[in-house]
This record gives sequence, structure tokens and C-alpha cells, in this order.
Amino acid sequence: MSTTIETTATSLLRFATAGSVDDGKSTLVGRLLHDSKSVLADQLEAVEHASRNRGQETPDLALLTDGLRAEREQGITIDVAYRYFATPRRRFILADTPGHVQYTRNMVTGASTAELAVVLVDARNGVVEQTRRHAAVAALLRVPHVVLAVNKMDLVDYAEPVFAAIAAEFTAYAASLGVKDVLAVPISALAGDNVVEPSAHMDWYGGPTLLEHLETVPVGSDPSAEPARFPVQYVIRPQTEEHPDYRGYAGQLASGVLRVGDPVTVLPSGLTTTVAGIDALGRSTDIAWAPQSVTVRLTDDLDISRGDLLAAGPAPAPTKDIEATVSHLNERPLRAGDKVLLKHTTRTVRALVKEISYRIALPTKPGDTLEQRSGAEGLNVNDIGHVVLRTAEPLALDTYSANRRTGSFLLIDPADGTTLTAGMAGEAFETVRTTDAPDAPQEEDWV
Amino acid sequence: MTTATDSPVRTDDPGQNSGGPFALSHLDALEAESVHIFREVAGEFERPVILFSGGKDSIVMLHLALKAFAPAPVPFSLLHVDTGHNFPEVIAYRDRVAAEHNLRLHVAHVQDFIDDGRLRERPDGTRNPLQTVPLLDAIESNRFDAVFGGGRRDEEKARAKERVFSLRDEFGAWDPRRQRPELWSLYNGRHAVGEHVRVFPLSNWTELDVWQYIEREGIELPEIYYAHERDVFARSGMWLTAGEWGGPKDNEPVERRLIRYRTVGDMSCTGAVDSDATTIQAVIAEIAASRLTERGATRADDKLSEAAMEDRKREGYF
Ligand SMILES: Nc1nc2c(ncn2[C@@H]2O[C@H](COP(=O)(O)OP(=O)(O)OP(=O)(O)O)[C@@H](O)[C@H]2O)c(=O)[nH]1
Ligand SMILES: [Mg+2]
Repeated sequence: MSTTIETTATSLLRFATAGSVDDGKSTLVGRLLHDSKSVLADQLEAVEHASRNRGQETPDLALLTDGLRAEREQGITIDVAYRYFATPRRRFILADTPGHVQYTRNMVTGASTAELAVVLVDARNGVVEQTRRHAAVAALLRVPHVVLAVNKMDLVDYAEPVFAAIAAEFTAYAASLGVKDVLAVPISALAGDNVVEPSAHMDWYGGPTLLEHLETVPVGSDPSAEPARFPVQYVIRPQTEEHPDYRGYAGQLASGVLRVGDPVTVLPSGLTTTVAGIDALGRSTDIAWAPQSVTVRLTDDLDISRGDLLAAGPAPAPTKDIEATVSHLNERPLRAGDKVLLKHTTRTVRALVKEISYRIALPTKPGDTLEQRSGAEGLNVNDIGHVVLRTAEPLALDTYSANRRTGSFLLIDPADGTTLTAGMAGEAFETVRTTDAPDAPQEEDWV
Repeated sequence: MTTATDSPVRTDDPGQNSGGPFALSHLDALEAESVHIFREVAGEFERPVILFSGGKDSIVMLHLALKAFAPAPVPFSLLHVDTGHNFPEVIAYRDRVAAEHNLRLHVAHVQDFIDDGRLRERPDGTRNPLQTVPLLDAIESNRFDAVFGGGRRDEEKARAKERVFSLRDEFGAWDPRRQRPELWSLYNGRHAVGEHVRVFPLSNWTELDVWQYIEREGIELPEIYYAHERDVFARSGMWLTAGEWGGPKDNEPVERRLIRYRTVGDMSCTGAVDSDATTIQAVIAEIAASRLTERGATRADDKLSEAAMEDRKREGYF
């Protein structure tokens, strides 16, 4: 924590690192924390000590975030680390994710809540398969902003052509994923070039340093531009002498603005009623907006419980038939015919995997695009694909592209509770090539 | 509140003005996230319990729980593992608060386990690592299925890796290599009989956030968090309270100093810091300027080894 923190600093940016193993994500995070004076003396001392024990002359800044014993022994990141820092301009929650393909699920975890992804590439290797995979995951999760950090520029003599070629290839690929604006920054995480301080070695680069960009990229959405969605988490009924008749619906606004007097539809029942009052954590108010946690009182005495959705504005039609793009996260393959649990907002229902419509194959060389592979027998761990589900009870889903919170769900193994799959209602990519090449077992399969 | 609908910014919080009419201050955003977590647990678990030590993080947790269910009472009980070396001011605070909110308080005593031989006193006298066995015993015998802890990811590098919903097996153990993916704000709390889930509603809070929130909400804390004079002695580079728990030794001179506690735990391993901060504003200024982390400044137990926290967590520690 820096001494310059203004206690009123308000805006918060959640961002995640991404990119292939050893491309320098954790080193970059360490550099960012170190150069923004967010590393305290005892933390730095611990890192220096640990580095010396490992025979390294300079402190290995990756040890600031690689906190597990196994990570420190192997010199790789296994699971997401969350770090917190602030500059006078903004507060940051940063998820440092693993690059190793085996831990892609942990990268998915870190990226799911991010508003910005920093995709790292080793300047010597350029865009590799895992770079494409992580960029695809970030696009699939609809992380709004993507930065390409071309790292280890110190190992390529800080040469502009190396940077320019990688930036051009990545930007074209990102565009094919539907990611429109990508900022490319040439950096050296190890030496600190263009991370917090501008580089003395790359006069040819006129853009912002990484931190400058993180501090100024616009964040947050405008709740007034979205329809209100309020998943009911819990019914509050004190039944005390003081509050004999109080009945409030507790939840967190997933999107939009709710005002006292607003008409709302209760889903999936479709009944309509009006907001009678809003209690904002003990204080009465007449307006609430996402992502506030509040308690809503309604004018009518309806049968509403956990799992119902209060919606204002255009409401989704409840359905038992769901088409979704999914990211499969478990070693157990997901197959047609599987019976699973589906967790959507505050509702968990039984569901049947009716069909694996296709698997999405990532391009393996520059210029290629995403491709549908139909006839997939199942989705393996780390596969992205499209599925058709049938649920036991109707769900009020938005498409994920319209609403990250009410358009997302998990598939869970009913036997042992394992999280199997992350689901996003609707089509994820507009640009998937529909040549419908049959799905042969892939050598480049994601294992 | 009488705010006009076209200007929803709350005037009581100047921090909100910089990001458009529907911006939330960072404290409001953290509060909303924590309240959501409490309500998810209330909606999905049978027997949740809040680990309540009387330390600032557990006090903030309870405050958030009270707000989450108002005007109804908190639907959880409280659990404290008493090492027998706790600060009397903190125990008094704990009992007062539990009574004030009419909450059931379970206390597991480390001393009972030492007395009947299930635990043995350590040569260094610290009882901090001894808390795990009574904790797991209390969870098992009360069949608690969700256990709220006040751990924050900014505290320590192993904590920085933990999920908000953290599954523990039937031995209470944490396996950092087998954590469930945790996406968006969809928390998967499913567990088998005998397993339980540790829940960390303050995961994304920093020490400074906690103090700023305590100030904003006017939350009362045990007095030892503010500067006061106390008989202390130096050990392992920190000031420990002289007391019956086993300190000081003969070669450790006791002196009276102006100190405060930055964290509150077992007296044998929780150090005080030199401080003249008698008000919450002074404490916040002191923390913002500190060059040491909270654990680095005050916890002897974490200096044992590089992976001390991970090892304790694997065994079922908080
Ligand atoms: N020369 C040079 N080496 C770097 C740079 N950044 C990182 N490295 C080195 O690259 C190696 C891998 O760095 P990490 O930060 O652990 O890589 P990572 O991307 O976090 O790896 P995973 O988390 O396991 O995917 C280390 O030896 C770093 O010191 C850089 O800018 N220049
Ligand atoms: Mg790493």
C-alpha cells in the first residue's frame, strides 16, 4: 500500500493476466506491485530471502504472487492469486492466472470477473497456441478490454519490428474473436520497461505504459442503460413484535436500476407486481442500482422465494430449452445424455445434456479462424463448445452477451458436487466458421 | 431518504462523485459483494456458523451479517476457539456483542484439549497452531456445514490463493491443488456429508478497507486496537504483553510503552506496535503510511517458515 492512497479513491478495476506458461505474467505482476510502491518492506525482504535460497542474485518478483509451496518449488503458477493495490487514481484487484494448459480452469476462474485482461507474449516466441486459447477464453467470457503485452523485449534488443509483427498477428486474431480494441505495449517485466515507468530503450513506442493504461481505461457499465434484474436470494421475515408483517426479498441487483413504484415481473411465474419499498441494508431508500445488495418489498403478497427473478423492462421468456456456449472445466468429459445440476443465479435445477452441437477448434496458425467441429462425442477438459440442454424447471435466462450475470450458469455433478462446466447462454462468437468439418480426435486436443 | 430520482448519488458519501451518477464507492462495492455471500450461504446451507474471535475482521463480518438480514436477526450462531491466552478485553467484548445481538456463542477451549491429553502444550508456549483440533472438533460435533472466516486475501500469499467458497474434506483439510473453479459470483457450496465449506466474505478487502469501513460505519472495537500504555517485553522483534501465559522469561525485561494492537490473536504470538493512534482517523493514517504488512508487524507464527500459513491451512486452520 502506498502512502499516497487517497482514502476517497473510488473507481475499482478488476483485471487478470493471461498467456502461455513462462511468458512472464507473475514477474509482470511483481513488477507492477513493486514499481507502484505496493510491496511492503517485510514482503520484499521475504522475497529477497527466498530468492537467495534458490540461488538467484536478484529478487524473483514472481515469488510475490506464487505463494504455494508447489508453485515456488516448480517456478510456475498453479492457481490464481488475487492481489490488491492502489494508485492515487484507482484501486485494483488483480488476478494472476496460470499459463500452464493443465490449469486453464484456474485461468477461467480469474478471468470471469475481470474487466480487463493483460495477455502476455514472449517476444522471442510470438503468439503460441496457449496465447490463442487464453485470448479465446477472454473473448468467450466477454472481458471488455484486452491489452497485449509483448514481454521480454530485453531479449530481442528492444527491436520494433519484432513487436510490430506480434502486435499485428494478435490484433487480427483478436478481431476474429470479436474483440475490437486491443492495446499493444512492448515491455520487459524483468527490467521494468513500460510497466510503470516509460522505457529508455524503446523511443519508437509512443503509447502509454501499462499502468497508465490501467489507470485510465473506462470501467463499469451504466446501470440506467440496462433492464433491471434482481435474483431473489433469501426471504427476510423477522416475525418479531417490532416487525410482525415485514416481508422483504433480499438480493443483489445483477443489472439495471430499481425504483419504488416500478412495475416488476416475477419470473418464472410471470406474475406482475410493484416495488413498494427498498431497504438498502437497514436504511430505507427509493432507488437502487447494480451491483447494490438490497431488500425489496412488493405491493402484492405473492409466492416468491429463493431462485425467483424480479425483472423490469423487457423480461426474458422462461424456458426449459437452453442453447449455450460452454467451457468445460473437468477431466470427466461432458457427453450427450449426462444428467447434471444447473446453477443459474440463485436457482439450481436438474438438467439433461441433450446434445453436444459442436466443439470449437482454435486456429493453429496465423490467418486461420475458429472452426466448428460437429459430431463431437463429448467435450474434454478445456474444450469450448456449444450444447443444448433441457432443464426440469423453466429458467429466466438472458443471453450472456446481454448480461454477464443472468446469462451465465454452472453445470455441477450431482453425485459429488464437482463444478464441471461454465455456461454462457447464446452464441459466443459470431465469427465461428460453419464449415462443419467433422470432429476427428485432435492431436492438439486440450489436455 | 428523499433523494430525487434523477440524482441518485448518496450525499452522505463524498467518495461516490467521481464515476457518474450510478457509481459505487469501493467500500459500497465491497459491502455489496460480502452481503451477497452471506445471503447465498443462508439460502443454501443448513447449519452455518461465524468464526467470531472479537478481532476486527470478525467484527466487520458480524456487522455485515447484521446488515444483510435486517430487520430480521442473523440466522447463524457464533463460534470462538479460545486459546486460553486471549486478551481479557477481547473476551469481554465478544461476550457483550453476542449478548447484545442475542446470538448463540459456541466456545471451544484449547485448555480442555490440553487437560484431557488430546493436545500437548508446545515448548515455545504458543497456542496458535493448537487451535485447529478444537476448531475441527467443534465443526464436527455441531455438524456445521458452512463456516465463515474473516480471512482476507491481502493478508498472506497462501490466503491469496483461496476461493471464497473453500471446500474442506472430512478431515477438515484444504487441498490447494484441487480447488473448484469459481466463476462470476456463482458459488458452488455442494458438499458430501462430513465435509464442510469455509466461506470468506472479506476475501477482497484489504486491511485499509476494513479500517475505513469501521470508521464509516462507526463500529466499536475492543480498546486494545487503540494506543494505550501497557507492560510489554521484546521477543522475536515484537512487543508481547507480559502475562500468565508464559512470558516474559528471566532475561526479558518488562517495560511500559505506548502501543496498540494491529491484529488480535493469541497473546503468546501476537505483537503490539508502538503507536500513539488513539482515534480511528489516526489508526487509518498510521496504516496508510506503514511499510510493514499487518502479519509481518505482528505475527510471530508466520515467521516460522516460508509456507507456514499454507501448511496450517492444509490441516484445517482458519
Ligand atoms: N529476460 C526476461 N526474462 C523475463 C521477463 N519476464 C519474465 N522473465 C523470466 O521468465 C521466467 C518465467 O516468468 P514467470 O513470471 O514465472 O512466468 P509466468 O507467465 O507467470 O508463468 P506461469 O504462471 O507458470 O504460466 C522467469 O525466469 C522470469 O524471470 C522479461 O521481461 N525479460
Ligand atoms: Mg505465473
